[in-house]
Amino acid sequence: MTAVSMTVNGQHVSAEIDPRTLLVQFLREHLRLTGTHVGCDTSQCGCCVVHVNGDAIKSCTTLAATCDGADVVTIEGLAKGDVLHPMQAAFRENHGLQCGFCTPGMIMTAVELVRRKGTDLDEHTIREELEGNLCRCTGYHNIVKAIGAGAQAMGAAAE
Amino acid sequence: MYEFTYHRPGSVSEAAKLAGEHADGKILAGGQTLLPTMKQRLAGPSDLIDLSRLDDLRGIEVKGGVVTIKALTRHVTVATSADVKAAIPALAELAGMIGDPAVRNKGTIGGSVANNDPAADYPSACLALGATITTNKRAIKADDFFKGLFETALEEGEIITSISFPVPEKANYQKFRNPASRYALVGVFVAKTGGHVRVAVTGAGSRGVFRVKDFEAALDANFAPAALDGKSVAASGLNSDIHADAEYRAHLITVMAKRAVAAAA
Ligand SMILES: Cc1cc2nc3c(=O)[nH]c(=O)nc-3n(C[C@H](O)[C@H](O)[C@H](O)COP(=O)(O)OP(=O)(O)OC[C@H]3O[C@@H](n4cnc5c(N)ncnc54)[C@H](O)[C@@H]3O)c2cc1C
Ligand code: FES
Ligand code: FES
Repeated sequence: MTAVSMTVNGQHVSAEIDPRTLLVQFLREHLRLTGTHVGCDTSQCGCCVVHVNGDAIKSCTTLAATCDGADVVTIEGLAKGDVLHPMQAAFRENHGLQCGFCTPGMIMTAVELVRRKGTDLDEHTIREELEGNLCRCTGYHNIVKAIGAGAQAMGAAAE
Repeated sequence: MYEFTYHRPGSVSEAAKLAGEHADGKILAGGQTLLPTMKQRLAGPSDLIDLSRLDDLRGIEVKGGVVTIKALTRHVTVATSADVKAAIPALAELAGMIGDPAVRNKGTIGGSVANNDPAADYPSACLALGATITTNKRAIKADDFFKGLFETALEEGEIITSISFPVPEKANYQKFRNPASRYALVGVFVAKTGGHVRVAVTGAGSRGVFRVKDFEAALDANFAPAALDGKSVAASGLNSDIHADAEYRAHLITVMAKRAVAAAA
């Protein structure tokens, strides 16, 4: 067993875990934060993307033990109480989801994208940056629209 | 995953000591190759030596015409580094073409070079730029480092600490990516350094990354796409799979090499 402690969505957590535990298992099975999804478990689909120290990473391809001491944010950590994060609101307004399975990963990827590339994102950039996020339902069009709008809204909210 | 004992050393020497003590152990860098293979039970190391705490293995330095990138430096850092963009823009572009943003946020140059996947991008840059791979024990020329499929000159427990790239006069990397896996179906890195051209090909060779001496000689004489007219690599040593057969890969090598020369010239 390996001892880990980290901050998840602002709360301090510690546990003794099997070192094989993936970050996504730790989040879903130990902390019961089931908003982070496992689509492929082979590092391809991006449904499991969370933020570790601000970086969007695939939690199915990261050991929880490596995240000892890290600051982790999951989809559950974005909204402020009943008020959705601007990117979440943009997905709702633009019909950026159908079944919703890929949505947590899409949103976590999008929020980090805005942090890296700013709030004015053209369609080409958004599509390139979604390289690692697969959606089986929407055909991406409304996801791209939602991210563009969400990025603008994040800019407006920051002013 | 098979069971393993987890270690998180605080220094390179401690990591090297652990690696030396556990012959069936493996080093964990970004985990973007090793963890998927362990999940599929294609690898079952007895011990995992996690380098994530070794901050002195991170960073980029440009000095005396050489770009030195420490082993744990992530792809995203190389892709966005103002120093790399100024000195060897082709190298920054290559790093930005690896996988997807989440992979680039974790994957490291040391892990990529150590792994020597026949479709990985960095090995072509190392060969074409005449890089030197430095480990905790010695310095190895790229020409002596890549030994075949997933094989390198690294000995058991040897740890890459940095990779140094001499700044070229001209360089460019052209990647024809497999749209599903994002790896190179064919990638060609062309560089002219100290008046000499080197051409390295990844994704295609059945023994991994390789140089094309015939192209190099033609480009030494005339650094222009037309110098490669009528030239090609024999299909016999190239991979055939469901994505592309050897003849198609051979064709792509010339096409991508010409594009790289045109972009670099
Ligand atoms: C979806 C996806 C797409 C990808 N697409 C591409 C692509 O387009 N092009 C590409 O080139 N790669 C691609 N990769 C692979 C990626 O670049 C990996 O990051 C890289 O191959 C390995 O780096 P790592 O730091 O993750 O190493 P790890 O997975 O941690 O380790 C890989 C191997 O190297 C060894 N190792 C690691 N560091 C050292 C060191 N310092 N010294 C000695 N040995 C060491 C480990 O023991 C292990 O055997 C992709 C990966 C994924 C998951
Ligand atoms: S579940 Fe992690 S990438 Fe698909
Ligand atoms: S909305 Fe169903 S997978 Fe994207």
